[in-house]
Amino acid sequence: MTVTDTQNTAERSIGAPVLEASGVTMRFGGLLAVNDVDLTVREGEIVGLIGPNGAGKTTFFNCLTGLYKPTSGQVRFSGTPLPPKPRAVVRAGMARTFQNIRLFANMTALENVMVGRYCRTSSGALTSVLHGPKFRREEAASRARAQELLDFVGLGRFTEHLARNMPYGDQRRLEIARALATDPKLILLDEPTAGMNPQETRQASDLIFKIRDSGLSVVVIEHDMRFIFNLCDRVLCLVRGEALIEGTPDEVQSDPRVIEAYIGTGEDEEDDVPGGEV
Amino acid sequence: MTDVETPVDDVAEAPVAKPGKPIAWPLGLVGVALVIVGSFLSWSYDGSILNDLSINFYPGGLQILAIIVAVLSLVLLLAERGPLTKLGTWLDATLGLRAFGVGLTLYMALVIVAISVESDGLINVNPGAYVTLVGAALIAVSAYLLPLHQLRDMSHARLPDWLEIFLISAMMAVVLFLAAYALGLGDAWSFILCLVFVATGATGLFRTGAMTFMSHAGQRHRKVLTLAAFAAAFLFPFTQNGSDANMSIAGSVLVFSATAMGLNIVVGLAGLLDLGYIAFLGSGAYVAATLSTSAFATINWKPPFLLVMLIGAGVAALLGLIIGSPTLRVSGDYLAIVTLGFGEIFRFSMFNLDGNNGPNLTNGPNGIPGIPDLELFGFNFGDAHTVAGIELGRFSNYYFLLLLLLGFVILTFARLNNSRIGRGWVAIREDEKAAEAMGVNVFGLKLLAFAVGAFLAGLAGTIKAHQDGAVSPDQFIFLESAFLLAAIVLGGMGTIAGVLLGATILKLLPEKLRFFSEYRLFLFGILLVLMMRFRPEGLVASKRRQLEFHEEDEALAVEVEEERLAVEEAK
Repeated sequence: MTVTDTQNTAERSIGAPVLEASGVTMRFGGLLAVNDVDLTVREGEIVGLIGPNGAGKTTFFNCLTGLYKPTSGQVRFSGTPLPPKPRAVVRAGMARTFQNIRLFANMTALENVMVGRYCRTSSGALTSVLHGPKFRREEAASRARAQELLDFVGLGRFTEHLARNMPYGDQRRLEIARALATDPKLILLDEPTAGMNPQETRQASDLIFKIRDSGLSVVVIEHDMRFIFNLCDRVLCLVRGEALIEGTPDEVQSDPRVIEAYIGTGEDEEDDVPGGEV
Repeated sequence: MTDVETPVDDVAEAPVAKPGKPIAWPLGLVGVALVIVGSFLSWSYDGSILNDLSINFYPGGLQILAIIVAVLSLVLLLAERGPLTKLGTWLDATLGLRAFGVGLTLYMALVIVAISVESDGLINVNPGAYVTLVGAALIAVSAYLLPLHQLRDMSHARLPDWLEIFLISAMMAVVLFLAAYALGLGDAWSFILCLVFVATGATGLFRTGAMTFMSHAGQRHRKVLTLAAFAAAFLFPFTQNGSDANMSIAGSVLVFSATAMGLNIVVGLAGLLDLGYIAFLGSGAYVAATLSTSAFATINWKPPFLLVMLIGAGVAALLGLIIGSPTLRVSGDYLAIVTLGFGEIFRFSMFNLDGNNGPNLTNGPNGIPGIPDLELFGFNFGDAHTVAGIELGRFSNYYFLLLLLLGFVILTFARLNNSRIGRGWVAIREDEKAAEAMGVNVFGLKLLAFAVGAFLAGLAGTIKAHQDGAVSPDQFIFLESAFLLAAIVLGGMGTIAGVLLGATILKLLPEKLRFFSEYRLFLFGILLVLMMRFRPEGLVASKRRQLEFHEEDEALAVEVEEERLAVEEAK
C-alpha cells in the first residue's frame, strides 16, 4: 500500500462543512460514554475516528445517526440541526454501516439494497396493490439503482444470493451498498475492515476512495492504524469518551499522547498497537 | 403446493448405488398383483359399513383407492426395470415404492381394524382384505430390497410447455376430485382411510421427485397454476349435487383462510405476534349484523351491503390502528400478551354492550340472530338456483362470493409482499434496528401491517355474519385466534399455499372428525409439537425459511440460489 492517495488530498478542493457536531455528550446513568466531542466533516473529506476499545467511538456514531439521543450537544447537517431520529437522519443524507454486520439475513443481496431505497420512494399500499403507474416506475427505478450499487461495490454477480450465504467480506460490502442506496451525502463506516485479511483491507480502502471520489464524505471508525492513516484526510482520536487530538494523519500518528493511549498505561487491550492490527 | 420440496434428509441419504437383491423386483410385481386381485374380492362380510366392501368383483370406493396405489406402484416397478426405464433415470422409483408399500400396508391394517371395530370382530373381515394386506406388505418388502440410485436432478427436468400446462391442470383436477370425494364420505373411518391414502400418495410422489418437477413446472407457468387452482376451487360446488352440508363447511374454510391470510401479513411478513386477531373478524361481523335488516339489529340505518363491507373493514382497520399505536411500542412476547388482552376486551365489550352497561349495540350474550341473506344486484343469496343441470344452494352462493374475497385477499398479500412495503416488513422482521437505521419507517409500517391485516379480516367478517345468519360473542373466543395462528405455523409462515393448506386442514378435520371433538385440542397440540420438532418451517416452506431452519444444508442453499437465478433469467 502506498501513500499516493493521501498526497493528492491537498489538490482536491475540500468543500463546505456537511456535518458539524458540537459538544456531543452521552451519559448512561453514571457512565460518561462521550464527553463534549466536536467533529466537523467537510464535503469530499474522509475523516477517521480512532481510539482504544471502549473509547466511545460507536456511541458517538450512534449519537450522530439518531440511534441515541445525546444528553447534550448539537448535530447539524448541511447547516440545519438534525433531530435525533434515525429516519430523519437518513432522509437528511447520512447513512451508516454497523460494527457487527446487521444485514437482513434472509433477504437477497438485491432486496437488502432495495430496502435502502425505502426512504427515497413513496409508493403507498394502494398503488402497490393496484400496480399503479407510480408503483411500476418506482419499483423499476429502485431495482435498477440497487443493481447499479451492487455493481459499484463489486457484487453485481451475487444479486440473487441470500445475504446470510455470502462470505464475510462480501457482507461488509453489501452493507455499504445498502447504506449508499439511501443517497447519502455522508456515510459513516463502523469498522469496515474488522476481520479482513490484508488483501480484503486493500479492496476496502479502494472502495472507500471510490465512494469519496463519487462526491460523498466518509467517516470511518477503525482499529487498523495503517489503514486509517493511509485513508484519511483528518483523524480524530477519542480516549475514554473525550477527544484527545484532531489533525492530519501525520500529526496524530506522531503525537505521544496517542501512543500512550494505546500502549502506555497497559490498561487497554494490547492488540491495539498502532499499525499492528490485521 | 408448488413450494414443497422433497424432504431434505433424503437428498443427504440418497446414497451411492447399493446392489439390490435379485428377488426384489419379481416380489414387487407379485405384491401389485395380489393387491389388485385382493381389491376385486370382498373385504368385509358386512355390506353396511365403509360404503359396502362386501361384493366380489365390484370394488367399492376404498378398494379402488388401493388399486390406484397398486397401479402407481406398478408404474414405478416398470420404471425400475422394464419398458419405462427412461422414466427411471429421473424418478426415484425405490424411495417412492417404499412410501407406497408402507403407506398401503398401514392403510390395509387400518381397514381391517375399521371392519372389526364397526361390525363386531375380526370374523367379519373377508379373505380379500388379507390378500390385499399381504400384497401391500410384499410391495413394501420388495421396495426395501431394491437398489438405491444416483439420479439426475429433477429440478432440471423439462417437458414441452403444453404438456407441463396439461399436467398442472390435471393435478388441480385430481385435487378437486379428491376433495369432493373425501368431503362426500359420510363416516369417519372412510374419511380417515381416505386421508391415509392421500398421505401415502403425496409422500410417494414427493419421494420419487415427481413433485419437485411439478413445483418447478408450476413456477415456470405461474399464471396457469393460479388459474387452474381457482378453476378447481370454482368448480367445487358443482361436485356437490346441491348438498349444503359440505358447502357450509367449505364456506367456513374460506372465511378461515381469508382471515388467516390477513394474519399472515402481520405474523408472517412483519413478524408481529398477534394473539387477538379474531377480534377484527368479529368487528367486521358485528358491523354487518348491526347494519343488517335483522329484527334484532340495533342501528336503524340500512346501507347497501357493498358499503357495509367497507364500513366493517374500515372499523376493523381503525381498531387495528387504535390497538396498534400504543401497543406496537412493545415487541415480542409482550406484544403477544397485549394483543391477547385486546382480543378478550373485544369479546367482553360485545358481551356487555347490551343496554344494561352502556348503549345497546350488540344485545349482549344473545348476539344478533336472524340476519337475512345477502342481496346483491337483485340477486338473493338465499335462493337456490340451477346451473347446467346442477342445483347450487344457499351455501354455494356464499362460497362463490367468499372465493372472490379470498382471491382479493391473496392478491393483496402477494402484491404487498413484492413491494417496497413488503420488503420493509421483512426487514423489520429480520432486524428492526438495522431497518430503522436504513430509513425504514418502522412504526408506520407496523401500524400499516396491523391495519391492512385487520381490514382484510373485517371484510371476511361482514360476509361471515350473513353466511352464519347470527353473530354472538362466543364465536370470537381466544381459541379461534390460536387456531388462526396454528394454521399459519402449520402451513408455513409468509407463504400463500402453505397458509391455505394449514387453514383447510385445521378447519376441515374437526368438521369431518366430529367424534374426535373431545380430543381435538389434544391432537392439535401433539400435531404442532411434532411439526415444530420435524418440520419447523411448516408444511409448505418458503425457501427462505427452509434455509433458516436447515442452515447446515449446503445442497439446499445451492439449489435455492440456482432456482432464483433461473427465475431471474426467465424474466
